[in-house]
Amino acid sequence: MNKKIGVYICHCGGNISDYVDVEKVRQSVESEAGVLLSKTTLFACADSNQQEMVDDIKDQHLDGIVVASCSPKLHLLTFRAVAERAGLNKYNYVHANIREQGSWAHSDNKPGATEKAIKLVKSAIAKVRNAEALEPVKVESVKAVAVIGAGVAGMRAAIELAEAGSEVFLIEREFFVGGRVSQWDDLCITPETGKELVTRLYDEVMKHKHVTLFTGAELAEYSGSVGNFSLKVKVTPRHFKLQCDPGALKKAIEVCPVEVPDEFNFNITMRKAIYHNYPSEYPQLPAIDMKNCTRCGACEKVCDSIDLSQKEEIINLKVGSVLVATGFDPYEPKPGEFGYGEMDNVVTLPQFKRIVHYCVDKLTYKGKEIKNIAYIYCVGSRQVDGENKYCSRYCCTSNIHTAITVKKKYKNIHNFHFNRGIRTYGKAEVWYDESSRLGDIYLQSFEHDPPVVENRNGQTIVKIKDVLTADKELEVVADLVVLVTGMVPRKDNSIGSLLKIPRGRDKFFNEIHMKLRPVETVIDGVTIAGAGQGPKNIMESMNSALAAATKSFSLVASGALELEPTVAKVDTSACSWCGKCEEACPFSAIDRVGQNGNSIAHVNASVCKGCGMCLPVCPENALDLIGLSDVDMESMIDALIPNI
Amino acid sequence: MALGNVTSSPKILVFSTEKISDPAIDMAGLLKLHYPPTVYTLPVPCSSAIKPRWILHALEQGFDGVFIAADGTDCPYGESCTEKTGAIVSMTQQMMKEKGMDPARLKMAAICSVCSEPFVRHVKSFTEYLSKPSN
Repeated sequence: MNKKIGVYICHCGGNISDYVDVEKVRQSVESEAGVLLSKTTLFACADSNQQEMVDDIKDQHLDGIVVASCSPKLHLLTFRAVAERAGLNKYNYVHANIREQGSWAHSDNKPGATEKAIKLVKSAIAKVRNAEALEPVKVESVKAVAVIGAGVAGMRAAIELAEAGSEVFLIEREFFVGGRVSQWDDLCITPETGKELVTRLYDEVMKHKHVTLFTGAELAEYSGSVGNFSLKVKVTPRHFKLQCDPGALKKAIEVCPVEVPDEFNFNITMRKAIYHNYPSEYPQLPAIDMKNCTRCGACEKVCDSIDLSQKEEIINLKVGSVLVATGFDPYEPKPGEFGYGEMDNVVTLPQFKRIVHYCVDKLTYKGKEIKNIAYIYCVGSRQVDGENKYCSRYCCTSNIHTAITVKKKYKNIHNFHFNRGIRTYGKAEVWYDESSRLGDIYLQSFEHDPPVVENRNGQTIVKIKDVLTADKELEVVADLVVLVTGMVPRKDNSIGSLLKIPRGRDKFFNEIHMKLRPVETVIDGVTIAGAGQGPKNIMESMNSALAAATKSFSLVASGALELEPTVAKVDTSACSWCGKCEEACPFSAIDRVGQNGNSIAHVNASVCKGCGMCLPVCPENALDLIGLSDVDMESMIDALIPNI
Repeated sequence: MALGNVTSSPKILVFSTEKISDPAIDMAGLLKLHYPPTVYTLPVPCSSAIKPRWILHALEQGFDGVFIAADGTDCPYGESCTEKTGAIVSMTQQMMKEKGMDPARLKMAAICSVCSEPFVRHVKSFTEYLSKPSN
């Protein structure tokens, strides 16, 4: 049967048409066999174009369509839905990827990109000519989601998932929940502290009987696919029994001989090997840091709750989706970067926040009272020559909020902000205004001319050529220099490596599309939320957590998923049963059955995963994948063949 | 921006895999890691599904080389993928020898879902190999 095919070639605003001559592509394919209409469109995905396609399919009685645009990972579902709305079987639409594998990959060679796009579209037309109407395969999906990371984003996502009706396994690597937010006091915009926010979320998590929280737990192994992932979680013991007498615990901490830098306070204080980060921290049971514990046994003698014999456990879980919310690390300045690590009064913003937390009446650091504070912005962000080209979004607001807090909390504080343009966007602009009203001084330079920190006669001087006063050279004698550091991806990328989540140019986890599919990854069933995906403030992390929870839930909600109908099919006239396909199938989807006195292979479509491993092993070439037959493949190859 | 490259560069057919190597090839584009536009990709579910006849068809009909961007150990369908894809390559190379073709015109490498740079390196060096007059 000759198909009536419609071909749509997308400009993608300019993402494609700046490099690919889309009109030339259209002209080159318009006379291909079966092509009834061919159009270029500014945005194929736009509602107006989708409607035009629906109208075309109905009016022109099209029975096949090709869309040449971005990667099918982005819009395959969009155009399948268009086909369905127009009453066309969705497998009669074929996608040609002329952006990621065309215009972008060959933006250095416009004629080459155009030539390749023509062939890719012809290849898609060849496939749609053979396409059949198919029905998707339905598989079971486990109604459970694993949320990795119990920071604010992870906990919010867990609550949402539990409320929607999913079983949730909340897996936290640390012994305590809350992540970075638990390290912060007053938060911007509302007077609530980070600890209060964490407590509120934790209480809500604990209310849900369908949420199981694992602390000291790491994902060790992972296998399977969307709807049916198998996880192995390694749980490290806290070495505490469930009930703990506060008096005995206090004594145990006192007698512990080990002192290590306290990472919770960014190493500005020390802690014991038995610890909790702050008194009301959740879960309220303390933990023993076995990496540093000498196993001297002194604590066990004074506290009955300690049990050094507890062993590591491996827990097996089955889930339908995995939501990753593993957060960020603060940027660690390089030794000597604005005097960091070399001058003892240069600290980072996260360290400064902890100093402010501990100083009650008077702001002091290393025994010296602090009055003049120089804040240097964009340290580790917006780097012209470094790796971190991006803006970390939260730091301007967070720093100005901290500077106001300091001014209100202590007397005679003078704040000097050495910035590169303030980005207190949205509601946070009021804090910039308040800081200016309180008398904070703002000095600005461009990226090529940053401020300089130097030691002169025992004094710390910060110099700047200030663009706001016509490049006047200004100097500030600072008691403390605060480096306003941005966000960087977690140094430990073990979870990303295990799940194979792609990372973008900024090295944060990469979504499929920042606007259209902002919480999905190319690994089906794995979603991302929070600052692990890129710098975000708490509100933005919450938004992404809710979006990711909804997306993950959509994959497990009904207990079933629709998968591609690409399953294996036996040509019963060619098969003479040798058993090689049965041997090759990793899912035991192929059986031997009798037909007219002979044995032949039979594919169980509900078990077949469509991998195609049985195809090349058949000596009679009696196996094909539906939608990927020899005719499909060879006609697509023929269309790609150069200069034909 | 040389038009000459379009027709003179060796033509390579890449078999990618939908879940693993195709995302890496997409990301190479996103990151503007350029490679010759005479490299064409056809995605398949798994690299162990590639029939030798498709490879031979491509080579006989005019492609200079075929590159299998294999799943390797990341294959979502099971651990046997590496071995099975390897067997397909050996079998096809044997068939190529019998037909008097240079077996090095078929190349395979494991390309994970984030291996954009290795992919570009592989197709560039394969292009270079196929460009040599002796090949």
